[in-house]
Amino acid sequence: MGAATAPTDGASPGPHAALEAQIDQWRGYVRRREAISASDVDEMEDHLRERVEDLRATGLDDDEAFLVAVKRMGTLDDLSREFAQEHSERLWKQLVLVGEQPGRTRSWRELAVVLGLAVAAGVAVKVATAVLDEMTVALNVGLLVLPFLTAYLAWKRQVTARIVGALAVPFVVLGVVLNVYPFEPTGSTLVLAALAAPVTLWAVVGLAYVGGRWRSDARRMDFARFTGELAVYYTLLALGGGVLLGLTAGVFSLADVDLEPYLEDWILPLCVPAALIVAAWLVEAKQNVVENIAPVLTRVFTPLTLVMLLAVFVVLATAGNLAAVDRELLILMDAILVLVLCLLLYSVSARDPLAPRSFFDGLQVVLVVAALAVDAVALTAMLTRIAEFGVSPNKAAALGLNLLLLVHLVWSAVLATAFLRGRRPFADLVAWQTRFLPVYAAWAAIVAVVFPPVFGFV
Amino acid sequence: MRIDKDLVAASATPLVLGILADGESYGYAILKRVDELSGGRMQWTDGMLYPLLHRLERLGFVEASWGTSDVGRRRKHYAITPAGREALVERQAQWDVVAHALHQVWRTAQDGLLTPPRVAEGWA
Repeated sequence: MGAATAPTDGASPGPHAALEAQIDQWRGYVRRREAISASDVDEMEDHLRERVEDLRATGLDDDEAFLVAVKRMGTLDDLSREFAQEHSERLWKQLVLVGEQPGRTRSWRELAVVLGLAVAAGVAVKVATAVLDEMTVALNVGLLVLPFLTAYLAWKRQVTARIVGALAVPFVVLGVVLNVYPFEPTGSTLVLAALAAPVTLWAVVGLAYVGGRWRSDARRMDFARFTGELAVYYTLLALGGGVLLGLTAGVFSLADVDLEPYLEDWILPLCVPAALIVAAWLVEAKQNVVENIAPVLTRVFTPLTLVMLLAVFVVLATAGNLAAVDRELLILMDAILVLVLCLLLYSVSARDPLAPRSFFDGLQVVLVVAALAVDAVALTAMLTRIAEFGVSPNKAAALGLNLLLLVHLVWSAVLATAFLRGRRPFADLVAWQTRFLPVYAAWAAIVAVVFPPVFGFV
Repeated sequence: MRIDKDLVAASATPLVLGILADGESYGYAILKRVDELSGGRMQWTDGMLYPLLHRLERLGFVEASWGTSDVGRRRKHYAITPAGREALVERQAQWDVVAHALHQVWRTAQDGLLTPPRVAEGWA
């Protein structure tokens, strides 16, 4: 094919040294584009060299052939845009910094917006703790903090007025509903609503994050990555803040000043919500923590979780009458399935979709199947229990979540097995992971809004 | 004659899959084949072929493997998969429909050119 003309070996300096230098320079330019990986450059270099050879065979000299070949390759901007559309995960590492180098004023303005919203979130929680009782604050905590996070993301994405409206409605509806419902002060529907409301609102945060384009699989996966990164950054901030506070308290106590009352009354209510906004800003500014950590964590914890699941399975299977097992079992099972799901989701999000199948992919399927086996045992036990003692709000919420997790994991296992056997591309598994996520938000909304009246607010 | 950009984009997938259905190939050879098939009238921007090939790979229509060229360079080869063949058959059916419709519309248009438009009679 391309061997009709004299071969030019890339490494040998010879009559075509100038051409080699030009190709090297071209490689350098292309390589600087985030969306184009090293192996893509290899692929295109092979192409470029063949084109140059063919052009030289028609009588052009090195320089002319190179210029024409590069021109035919297309402009780098167009190319990198095409690659970016196909490989959006590569842009993830420096998404924000792209195209914003000239906008230094915008990054200062962004810092001001972030600090303003962080302080506002802190003040909102502080005021709420000052005027409301503890349970009401707990019920409203998502409504107090997440609007500010949503506002930051909406500002950052410069969303349209229609999307601003779509973002505001859930906050208003949940705010009214939760505070109008006549909850029993110690009722379980109150606790469930307090737990479910932030999950629902997190979907609203996601809507702001994706700039309203929630139908896009890639954008939803980006939001899943964002959530993971946010957790990592928030933990780091909390650890750092804890160390600072501990040292300060230590020095203060030597001077007989007790930091504790200030800590509870001022520092924690102000800083804990504010840190969430700051963490979101950090993720936006530099998004590659989980990118680097998630594959490591999932590789460490996938085998360990498998061992744990096997142990749980043995204990459950030999426990005798499972109907007598503590009622917490269902909630624990949900926690285990959520853990397995997170392992799956984050390893899927960090995996190169084009990488060949590996041993680890097989291990992951085994993990999901083991989780399903354990869940089947626990679920049978719980269903007999519900049949015997009737439905409570807790059981219904946990059972619903369990069924959702079951559907999610079963189909994941099917798709992952099909991928291992070469029947389906990896992209199907990725798409399924993110397509199912809105269902959880919907279930949380049902638990928060529909459960209390159905179960009489107890 | 320059072929319209949108038309090139729309026909790119079936064309590439069709070429690969003939046997494994690589980027530059695929482009040369397109050139041959269209008598040099379908000009692609060379680089744009690669994101397209990667998309076909992600969709599971082609499988890629790294090999070496005759002169020892790294070269990525693409082969069509059974799913790709299915997609090709489907695209082919779609294009047949489009081609058939176009063919008909042109024939009536040509008839219209030969005989005076019917609307004119009504106005007389």
